[in-house]
Amino acid sequence: MSLLAVRDLTVRYGALEAVRGVSFALEEGEALALIGPNGAGKTSVLRGILGLARTEGEVRLGRKPLPQRTPEALLQRGVVLVPEGRALFPGLSVEDNLLLGGFSRFRRGEALEADLRRVYALFPRLEERRRQLAGTLSGGEQQMLAIGRALMARPRLLFLDEPSLGLAPLVVQEIFRTLAALKGEGMTLLLVEQNARMALSLADRAVVLEAGEVALSGRAEELKANPRVVEAYLGAARGVEG
Amino acid sequence: MDATILGLLLLDGVQNGVVYGLLALAMVLVFAVTRVILVPIGELMMFAPLSFVWLQGGKLPGTLWLALALGALWALLERGRGRGLPLAGGAGLLLLFLLARGNPALAYLAALLLVVYLGVATYRVFFQPMREATVLALLIMAVGLHVAYQGLGLVFFGPEQYRPDPLLQGEATVGLTWQGVLVLAFALLSAAALYLFFRRSLFGKALLAAAENRLGARLCGIRPEEAGMVAFAIAGLMAALSGLLLAPLINAAYFMGFMLGLKAFVAAILGGLVSYPVAFLGAVLVGLFESFTSFYASAYKEALVFLLLVPALFYQSLRAKGVEE
Ligand SMILES: Nc1ncnc2c1ncn2[C@@H]1O[C@H](COP(=O)(O)OP(=O)(O)OP(=O)(O)O)[C@@H](O)[C@H]1O
Ligand SMILES: [Mg+2]
Repeated sequence: MSLLAVRDLTVRYGALEAVRGVSFALEEGEALALIGPNGAGKTSVLRGILGLARTEGEVRLGRKPLPQRTPEALLQRGVVLVPEGRALFPGLSVEDNLLLGGFSRFRRGEALEADLRRVYALFPRLEERRRQLAGTLSGGEQQMLAIGRALMARPRLLFLDEPSLGLAPLVVQEIFRTLAALKGEGMTLLLVEQNARMALSLADRAVVLEAGEVALSGRAEELKANPRVVEAYLGAARGVEG
Repeated sequence: MDATILGLLLLDGVQNGVVYGLLALAMVLVFAVTRVILVPIGELMMFAPLSFVWLQGGKLPGTLWLALALGALWALLERGRGRGLPLAGGAGLLLLFLLARGNPALAYLAALLLVVYLGVATYRVFFQPMREATVLALLIMAVGLHVAYQGLGLVFFGPEQYRPDPLLQGEATVGLTWQGVLVLAFALLSAAALYLFFRRSLFGKALLAAAENRLGARLCGIRPEEAGMVAFAIAGLMAALSGLLLAPLINAAYFMGFMLGLKAFVAAILGGLVSYPVAFLGAVLVGLFESFTSFYASAYKEALVFLLLVPALFYQSLRAKGVEE
């Protein structure tokens, strides 16, 4: 039984079909990478699963189908998104951003201190800046904060939309080390990435999305060796990285 | 002008100014969370003392039926467990009103809760369904509601002015009644309470978060519609308390909310609809300006206040570079 099963997902914006008939499944403890060029519909897939866009098709979480898909309902079931653009609260402090990540648990009367310590252990830089306003953090620190905020909700399944976007290679490495550590702890990851090299080295399996449809999918090592992937996603990356 | 008159004008200005300040804080809060410019806040404010006067006279005010009607619509819009709040709230309100006839203490509470309930129902019925609309469309709705509520105020309470008994009788010093002291104390306490709520409590911060980034808030499990309801509840509470405390000093009538709300609006604009401290200080400034201009040119009292809008708007137009919706 897969943790997440997406079948025939179609996402529409008005007349535009951004995603057409996409299916994939995600096993417990697995990391799946969703790669593809700009505008391929990767973000739309995540938005569709969370009910943030108009969709057709079926999304199942474990055994139970999801009657109404909203970010709040998925949060209750342990699915949390680190969105493109991060959606932080810029006027609130780093620590307040983190605490609010655990808001739904706080409301159920759970304590957040232990989770706060855990996030600070993962990202010591956030602890140094805990009183700083989130809007004044560097891009890398903001991405750490976005991930940390999501972790405060204790997700079973974490969606990440381009966590490496606009960050320097060293920071990207730091973030992927953290993601690998989370995976090691048994967290299930769905990772949307432009940085196919990093994504394929972290993920167990990958889905390549092109023009809203699944072009290729399979085990990460196989895709890394696939000539088409090498040419379109890894070759270019090698060129950029020198 | 001698020192006594100066003192009186200052007192008068500050006393009215802090009330405009509370209304302005409520407006900034509601705008930040829901992007609604709460024009009908003045009507909500007047409904409280007028309903109180009616209850004290042993009559049920029309505002009760308005609140219950909107509450019923609110319940219809909700599904499942969400219906509990409007239904229980409406039933409780009706019961409280039946008990409160002729009982001043209960009547005070009833008038207060009525306005809170009405505020939340107004949001849920009129604003929440159009949450994706532009600020302009929301403003048109707000102005429409202001006109409608003012008209209903005339129907419910007639054109007369009422002066409910003050909670505290007598004067503290010349020109300052104990009721005035109460107004000042209440305003400062409320401002402090709001400050603590937003600085210390995670619920307050969740409200700020909903105002800062709606998607981010949803991803954290903060429902924007709940945040909107809380913002309207706080606004209703502030409006009702200000109205109840101020009415013994300045009277209450269906048409008076408009000017009060407009002055709060001027103050909120001074703060660019985003800054709480500037809005509050701006409101005190509006109060002082009004008090002094009424001394020198009383015929233009109401008009001159709006002169303050010109520099405020000019300042905003200079600042407004990249305002995002
Ligand atoms: N809100 C929207 N309204 C209309 N069209 C949209 C909207 N969001 C996305 N699209 C369109 O849907 C298509 C897929 O967009 P999407 O953001 O899912 O791509 P992506 O794969 O995430 O791209 P990128 O790598 O640049 O983030 C694009 O053509 C985009 O223009
Ligand atoms: Mg994207």
